[in-house]
Amino acid sequence: MIICTDSNRPNVEPYILADEDRAEIEHHIHHYDDARAASIDALKVIQRRHGWVPDGAIQPVADLLGISAPDLEGVATFYSLIFRRPVGRNVIKVCDSIACHLMDFEVVQDAIIKHINVGLGETTADERYTLLPICCLGTCDKAPAIMINDDTHTNLTPEQIPALLEKYV
Amino acid sequence: MSLPSNNLGEIKPLTYRIVDNKPIVDINEYEALDGYLSVRKAIPAMSPADVQAAVKDANLRGRGGAGFPAGIKWGLIPMGPDAGAKYLVCNADEMEPGTFKDRLLMECLPHQLVEGMIIAAYAIQAKRAYIFLRGEYVLAAKHLNEAIEQANAKGYLGENILGSGWSLDMHVHTGAGRYICGEETALINSLEGRRANPRAKPPFPQIAGLWGRPTIVNNVETLSNLSHVINRGAEWFKGLSQGKSPDGGTKIYGASGKVKNPGLWELPIGTTAREIIYEHAGGMRDGLELKAWLPGGASTDFLTPDHLDLAMDFDTIMKAGSRMGTGLVMVVDHTQSMVSAVRNLEQFFARESCGWCTPCRDGLPWSVKMLLAIERGEGKPEYLDILQQLTRQLGPGKTFCAHAPGAMEPLQSALKYFRSEFEQGIAAPATAAAIA
Ligand SMILES: Cc1cc2nc3c(=O)[nH]c(=O)nc-3n(C[C@H](O)[C@H](O)[C@H](O)COP(=O)(O)O)c2cc1C
Ligand code: SF4
Ligand code: FES
Repeated sequence: MIICTDSNRPNVEPYILADEDRAEIEHHIHHYDDARAASIDALKVIQRRHGWVPDGAIQPVADLLGISAPDLEGVATFYSLIFRRPVGRNVIKVCDSIACHLMDFEVVQDAIIKHINVGLGETTADERYTLLPICCLGTCDKAPAIMINDDTHTNLTPEQIPALLEKYV
Repeated sequence: MSLPSNNLGEIKPLTYRIVDNKPIVDINEYEALDGYLSVRKAIPAMSPADVQAAVKDANLRGRGGAGFPAGIKWGLIPMGPDAGAKYLVCNADEMEPGTFKDRLLMECLPHQLVEGMIIAAYAIQAKRAYIFLRGEYVLAAKHLNEAIEQANAKGYLGENILGSGWSLDMHVHTGAGRYICGEETALINSLEGRRANPRAKPPFPQIAGLWGRPTIVNNVETLSNLSHVINRGAEWFKGLSQGKSPDGGTKIYGASGKVKNPGLWELPIGTTAREIIYEHAGGMRDGLELKAWLPGGASTDFLTPDHLDLAMDFDTIMKAGSRMGTGLVMVVDHTQSMVSAVRNLEQFFARESCGWCTPCRDGLPWSVKMLLAIERGEGKPEYLDILQQLTRQLGPGKTFCAHAPGAMEPLQSALKYFRSEFEQGIAAPATAAAIA
């Protein structure tokens, strides 16, 4: 177990890297010829545990990868599916690319916004849902499409939205 | 080890094994359908040079969008005992809007990709291969990981493959979003655990790619063709297009938008868009007429109903002023606004710009701003000229990578064919004065 405080960022909560997470990150590192290549895998390991990547995790993970914390932060902030802010228990990703536009995804998106009462990029007060836009989900023949967590939902109509969202607690 | 004559396998090599979209993940089931035959045929009996020659003779052109011949790309890789570490990377980032073919190939036939990658890696004598898979393809990741594990257990991967003295390990790397990761040098940066900004070319990845070593990046569909080229030969492969195109092979075409029956079909390369849209996709939905179509993704120029009889191959669509791209057609019907469609496209490109170079980072949001105004009927008279200028200022050679030029393709063609729709969004002088 590594306990770490970041001297450059005294306000950051000390972070305890779980033993399983550390082992999993080390396992990923073995797949590459250079440890930093496991950066995204490592950030995903942390994100799986917390739903996002807490500030304190950056330094111990960077240490494991042999790079500086700002360097890892630069990677973390580049990728849209690494979250550097807390998100809701369920992340709704609405495809807003052209094939879904041609199939009127906007009415589905409006139905989602109406049901959860927050806009794109926002999280509900009860932390149940976060709503995000996403690029083409590669299921354009079944547009409009969305993902909720790891599940892809296709051929959606606005009428289906309330019941679908209620399945995710 | 002769290949039984199998009609469907001879016409639709990539998809004949897929029945009712049922995935084949069990390696025994795949082997019973001639799976891994090409690996047993080529390794070690064929030399890497023989494999390269077969692929070059087949003139297999890259299916990732640009159509560069795979054999020629491989030919640039240094060979010989002193060449050192080399890598093969499969581009499975499939994020080009409108494209959903690689998903099918990976979810339903993961072993076909693994088999093709073994052939490609052997041909260039790579020691390691990565599949760069977009993170959202959860089922594909599961199936590919299972396939790799089974191929290891059977000795098709790992140390000293089939007694050849050559070893290969293969890994799935899952991404975390950002369309630009599909650009091959950005992909390499991403795979190295960096921000996915593209790299300067030259040097090309074949000379200095992953960790500075010679690297081949090929698309999923390109690699999925390789086992068949080895099994049945270059002449057979070239004949697959049935004279519809000078190019060889089949292509996984598709259609989306308001057609009756959207989907994917493996057809001879060079099949016309008319056949794809009106026969396979069943034509437009009742009451709708075709107004425009994108031949193969968001970064291809719009074409019109006048172009429907062109062969869907790289050179023909290029001559018509567009690109075949990924070959998955999107249709725009007569009720839809071209301004809105282009605004949606440019919003996508603006959001997905990696931010590295100024024309793209600043020019794309500017185009969105003007398009939004035109969409609301509040465009200023100079907007059309500025948009037209942007198509040049963000065009080929003006930016660090092909992202921005790709973004300009639908804009420039929409301005060319549907200019009046844009003009209608320019506010009348009185209104314009009121807005200003
Ligand atoms: C912005 C951008 C995005 C791209 N996205 C992809 C992609 O998702 N998948 C892909 O195979 N090629 C993509 N490409 C093309 C790759 O750079 C590269 O040409 C291709 O992977 C080479 O494979 P191929 O020769 O087998 O076609 C993209 C190119 C650009 C400029
Ligand atoms: S053209 Fe756009 S995506 Fe490409 S390097 Fe420049 S900013 Fe990045
Ligand atoms: S555009 Fe939405 S799934 Fe492809």
